[in-house]
Amino acid sequence: MTKVTMTVNGKTVSKEVRGNMLMTEFLRDELHLTGTHVGCDTSQCGACNIHVNGANVKGCTIFAAECDGAEVGTIEGQANADGSLNVIQQAFQDHHGLQCGFCTPGMVMSAAALLKENPKPSEAEVRHYLEGNICRCTGYHNIVKAILAASGQDVSSIAAE
Amino acid sequence: MPKDHGIGAAQKRREDVRFLTGAGKYTDDINVYGQTYCHFLRSDVAHGKIVSIDTSAAEAMPGVVRIFTGKDFEGVGGLPCGWLVTDKNGQPMKEPAHPVLAQGKVRHVGDPICAVIAETLDQARDAAEAIELEIEELPAVVDMRAALGADSARVHDDLSDNLCYDWQFGSDQAAVDKAFAEAAHVTTLELVNNRLVANPMEPRVAVAEYARANDETTLYTTSQNPHVIRLLMGAFVLGIPEHKLRVVAPDVGGGFGTKIFHYAEEAFVTFAARQINRPVKWTATRSEAFMSDAHGRDHVTKIELALDADNNFTGIRTDTLANMGAYLSTFASSVPTWLHGTLMAGNYRTPAIQVNVKAVFTNTVPVDAYRGAGRPEATFQLERLVDKAARELGVDPIKLRRQNFIESFPYATPVAVEYDTGNYVATMDKLEEMIDVPGFAARRAESEAKGKLRGLGVNCYIEACGIAPSNLVGQLGARAGLYDAATVRVNATGSISVMVGAHSHGQGHETAFPQVVADMLGIDESMIEIVHGDTSKIPFGMGTYGSRSLAVCGSAMVRATEKIINKAKKIAAHLMEASEGDIELKDGRFSVAGTDKSVAWGDVTLAAYVPHNYPLTEIEPGLEETAFYDPANFTYPAGAYACEVEVDPDTGKVTIERFAAADDFGNVVNPMIVEGQVHGGLAQGIGQALLESCVYDENGQLLSASYMDYAMPRASDVPFYMVDHSCATPCTHNPLGVKGCGEAGAIGSPPAVVNAVLDALNHAGHAVAHIDMPVSPHRVWQAMQG
Repeated sequence: MTKVTMTVNGKTVSKEVRGNMLMTEFLRDELHLTGTHVGCDTSQCGACNIHVNGANVKGCTIFAAECDGAEVGTIEGQANADGSLNVIQQAFQDHHGLQCGFCTPGMVMSAAALLKENPKPSEAEVRHYLEGNICRCTGYHNIVKAILAASGQDVSSIAAE
Repeated sequence: MPKDHGIGAAQKRREDVRFLTGAGKYTDDINVYGQTYCHFLRSDVAHGKIVSIDTSAAEAMPGVVRIFTGKDFEGVGGLPCGWLVTDKNGQPMKEPAHPVLAQGKVRHVGDPICAVIAETLDQARDAAEAIELEIEELPAVVDMRAALGADSARVHDDLSDNLCYDWQFGSDQAAVDKAFAEAAHVTTLELVNNRLVANPMEPRVAVAEYARANDETTLYTTSQNPHVIRLLMGAFVLGIPEHKLRVVAPDVGGGFGTKIFHYAEEAFVTFAARQINRPVKWTATRSEAFMSDAHGRDHVTKIELALDADNNFTGIRTDTLANMGAYLSTFASSVPTWLHGTLMAGNYRTPAIQVNVKAVFTNTVPVDAYRGAGRPEATFQLERLVDKAARELGVDPIKLRRQNFIESFPYATPVAVEYDTGNYVATMDKLEEMIDVPGFAARRAESEAKGKLRGLGVNCYIEACGIAPSNLVGQLGARAGLYDAATVRVNATGSISVMVGAHSHGQGHETAFPQVVADMLGIDESMIEIVHGDTSKIPFGMGTYGSRSLAVCGSAMVRATEKIINKAKKIAAHLMEASEGDIELKDGRFSVAGTDKSVAWGDVTLAAYVPHNYPLTEIEPGLEETAFYDPANFTYPAGAYACEVEVDPDTGKVTIERFAAADDFGNVVNPMIVEGQVHGGLAQGIGQALLESCVYDENGQLLSASYMDYAMPRASDVPFYMVDHSCATPCTHNPLGVKGCGEAGAIGSPPAVVNAVLDALNHAGHAVAHIDMPVSPHRVWQAMQG
């Protein structure tokens, strides 16, 4: 067991962890932050995307012990201080960018990382950036549209009808 | 001006707030005090005799609570099949036993042999590795044709062969023979409908909790239909009375059919929790999902179309081999028969149609309904065939379709269904406008200037949603009713809880259902909540699959709300000392016709629950009504789809450039949600057409058992879609006039994609008649080499 201390969504936490404990397990089982989802076992689906020291990381590819001293962000820390949806979350709701909601936390985390890196991405750049996130419900149309909208771009001409 | 509330409004989804903030509660998020963890030891061979299982070393491992094997399930029921299909010779289908844990033999990779229960998941996994298992590997049957050979190994020793049933349906033999004998042209096509894995992003999970003091069990499970699971598991597998078994399906992360079925794992944890008197949790890994979720499709078909000298369709006959896998999953038997054969007329007037289906057991994961279930298979066969016929005859594929469209409704097909409404000409007109057919030549020239081949593929589809009525499906072999139920509970201050039998796993019921009730009552949607997914809270409903939620359960909700209105009018009449017949309800107020007397919705509801001045001798207190609704017919959504692809002649890679879908869903309650459903179906259909394939080797090893090997569509594989649902012909027999939209995209898109690829290749001079899905770069490149 190793003791780790990190900041998760702005709050400092300290826990004893097994050396082989993944961040997904740490967040879900130890901190009860169940918004980070586990959709596969090969790091392909991106339902577990979190931010570690500002980088977009799959929570299933990193051990909790590796995050000792890190700043960690999860979906639970994304809303505005007053609890309202942030710009990206709001765009997902406005443009119906989610259905079952299971991949959604990972999508929102990836979108946030993308827009930080590239505040006005093109459609192709959005689609390329999401190559590590699988959604089975939405057909991606409304996810891409939501991310473009969240970046402040006009999406009114995007094909819907 | 678009509506901003009620039926027809594109209201934003209320459930999104919890999903977007990580506050959803999926089954794996549920942990019960004192819970144990279950890990299944599964077969790594496709077919084998279990010689011995030694669990003694594993039982001594740290944290192990108990290890179960097939022996513990002797005397326990097997997993039942819900639909009896009768062979063409009148014999019932073969129904081999499907034990919860393998007994004597394993029959597919992933077949569960032992279940280890331990204090932690790691301990359960470690102990499973210490189980000493001797399995004598037997020859496996994977290929369906080989499986029907006289000398083939048998999947089930107690059956005489691997044929589950041999089914025939449609027009009589003489009519079909005559159509083909007199045909001016016959087009023949052999094709494969590739095996798929549904892959909802949430893997299956089951958590069971047992209270010995009152002999009650609660199962939390990733299900599309909790009452059906309770009935099947309680009555047929474990023998638990329904009132002692509660099944809860909380937030469910997608289903697409694969979470309809009753699975061994949920029966196991329920059984085990009672045995060890502690909660038991099982969470599938994705690789486990590939080996244990029911797969979809997997048909091999020969289909023929007879045409007269004027290119009118005169006959269709089909021969299909349908893979059942190693066991019959819950609704497996109905998919290639009643869900596939009855749709073989498509959108066309063809007087003679005959469908033949042989269902085959193989040493593979069981196959069952996946998004569309039978209808994608029928549509793919027919629409590929019509396209091939058009190419052979040298006629425009759109023109050939239009010429043969059914134009008069109701229309009784030769395959036993009656389409109540439709307008296939209008949807095709709309499609041609959306895809800009006249502009295609210029777009093709642009592609060619870049060295690419461009193709345009079109097709039509029809599907049958909201399968019903119960007395008909009962005659066809269904072992369940296919109604649904809703309870509308009005609270004293006027807010409403609507308890529904339908289950939402992404379809947005919590938003769309209140739109209907709010519209009927003239109150705000925010006063209405939807309760679903818990057998202890909802009336007995059948859950969500086959695009039935609004057409069937929504209709039950309308009927229950009508009962509420009728009773509320009686109370309002009393409050205003008026005649009940004079009471009108508008905008949430009851008024007396022709007067200025009125009472608000809340006054009436309060009176119902605070009956101080109340006609108790005439009206019961309270305001709560339940309705069960059993539809008179299926609903028949239909549409026309078009796809434009670019093919790279150097690599064979296909890129979707444009996709247009013109659908007729009847009336639409929430167009935003409906469009989203179409988008999702399109991606799954495009996935089937270009990427997805579940592959076994000749020994029955599953080669595509993770996302490393099974190509899921990603954001860069699909375009922005053009979708339209303005060509609406409302359903004539349900009170909302709705049809169903959830499966349309997955049904209509595969043939459009494949037709487009073939158009590109043939235009470039490659005489390619057909390429099986997935139309991978390798297959396309090979086809171009002649």
